[in-house]
Amino acid sequence: MSDITAAPAPRGIPARLLIRGAVIAAIALLALLPVLNTLPAGSALRVSDFTVAVTGKWICYGVLALAIDLAWGYAGILSLGHGAFFALGGYAMGMHLMRLIGPRGVYGHPVLPDFMVFLGYKELPWYWLGFDHFPYAILMAMLVPGALAFLLGWLSFRSRITGVYFSIITQAMTYALMLAFFRNDMGFGGNNGFTDFKELLGVPLNTQGARAGLFYAALILLAGSLILCRHITSTKLGRVLVAVRDAESRVRFLGYSVTSFKLSVFTLSAVLAGLAGALYVPLVGIINPGEFAPGNSIEAVIWVAVGGRGTLVGAILGAFSVNALKTWLTSFAPDLWLFVLGSLFVAVTLFLPRGLAGLFRGRTK
Amino acid sequence: MKGPGLYLDGVSVVFDGFRALNNLSLIVDPGELRAVIGPNGAGKTTMMDVITGKTRPTAGTVTFGEHDLTRMDEARIANLGIGRKFQKPTVFDALTVFENLELALKAPRDPWSCLRWKLENTARKRIEAVTEEIGLASRAGDPAAILSHGQRQWLEIGMLLMQDPDLLLVDEPVAGMTDQETEHTAALLRRIAGTRSVVVVEHDLEFVRALGSKVTVLHEGTLLSEGSIDTVQNDPRVIEVYLGR
Repeated sequence: MSDITAAPAPRGIPARLLIRGAVIAAIALLALLPVLNTLPAGSALRVSDFTVAVTGKWICYGVLALAIDLAWGYAGILSLGHGAFFALGGYAMGMHLMRLIGPRGVYGHPVLPDFMVFLGYKELPWYWLGFDHFPYAILMAMLVPGALAFLLGWLSFRSRITGVYFSIITQAMTYALMLAFFRNDMGFGGNNGFTDFKELLGVPLNTQGARAGLFYAALILLAGSLILCRHITSTKLGRVLVAVRDAESRVRFLGYSVTSFKLSVFTLSAVLAGLAGALYVPLVGIINPGEFAPGNSIEAVIWVAVGGRGTLVGAILGAFSVNALKTWLTSFAPDLWLFVLGSLFVAVTLFLPRGLAGLFRGRTK
Repeated sequence: MKGPGLYLDGVSVVFDGFRALNNLSLIVDPGELRAVIGPNGAGKTTMMDVITGKTRPTAGTVTFGEHDLTRMDEARIANLGIGRKFQKPTVFDALTVFENLELALKAPRDPWSCLRWKLENTARKRIEAVTEEIGLASRAGDPAAILSHGQRQWLEIGMLLMQDPDLLLVDEPVAGMTDQETEHTAALLRRIAGTRSVVVVEHDLEFVRALGSKVTVLHEGTLLSEGSIDTVQNDPRVIEVYLGR
């Protein structure tokens, strides 16, 4: 108590400006990666194709972490199914990429993707129509996760299902979707999902240019999402969300409809996760029902916990650092990863309740 | 002139066969300050729950002006001008005193309006006036988490004032307060009543005396006695069930 009430120590530069400067510097450094990738092989500063692709993937994870933090860290909505929104966005983009393969598939059918020819489809299912247009695919990558989150949130928040009960529902949702997408007759490629993509927006994938373009698109999405979330949390809307997190029924007695606030933030969060998934799929070149695995969603929540929830920047930091650890560790001891991840979560909960971001902030706000 | 009156008629609440309220009738006039006392389990908090829509009565009617409160949810009742201060102060710890009051200020309550909300000068003046009134002007920028118990109670009363309510329900405001804080609270509530109705539920009889208002005594969910503090203190039934113990 006494150290909080004591007069604040004189500080040179406000912490907020320092953090802003660090974030801008980090984004600028990331933006350099594809440029360094074009250096001639053998140059000391050259960055490998692998590094660009992996970092691009992490940036998408960063957007997912940001989306989770907005809902969990500010409004107290712990979703253990955000991987589903990410995967749905990914599938929307995957459908577009499949349509763009056109007659270049193994079976050479002018319209139907390979797996449909193989399964004996005669024509494109109705829900595949429109996905040959890029804007439509992007729209669906936002609309489908958003609509699902809205529906699930409306049913749950209206009935005042909160806390762990809501978390379990979201977990069940992603598990149910995984089982559904594994089925061949869903028309989404069953357990193989979509792969063998050829091009996007006329640019052949798996080229340096395409990788750089996707990398920058992801980076712009990350920066834009961060600015958007930062703005939202600094308005009165953000303060109402914090109030809902800390004392939901009190907010209701103040005359706020808690349901509409939770619904807005949860839907927006799902839309961001969907967009992240849509950029992730062309970067990694594959999407399959494994992306719906409950473990993926839980892992994403751990990123946020490690980075520090309710800080936005911390969530991104968590996504990058946990995934860096994962990439490094799984290169020589893949079997150890789940144990390390579990211990990491326990350790952070016990010793670093405010996450990595808490290390940089001496005082609570 | 002073907003509507509150009218409870034959209200009963039954929880699993237990009668928390039993045919309770009560009238609070516009602008009146009313103290409600009674032993534990007399139904004081249940009565508050019924008025604010947290609990639905099994029988009876609750009206505020011409509005039937038994048909509304908490948010609508709050927007009607009924504010409630809980027994346990629940201010928002992560927000400052000023931000707590700002959330309580009468303004559009939907997410979109909150996103576009700009603090106008009149609103700022109003919040500052309330911080002054509740004696927390010097703490306006501090997070509520570091306020003392008494200060948290006043902040919560301040939050109710921000909503400009016509009826204020105050649940055990002075529990755990120092004598000086209790005095300050009684003066604050007397000042607030008059322009609006205030119903105070309290155990502390010295505090009730300091309020100088009409007193209602509840016992086993029903009305036992009503009148000035001296009248009820001398009522033999009240002495038997409550004061005599």
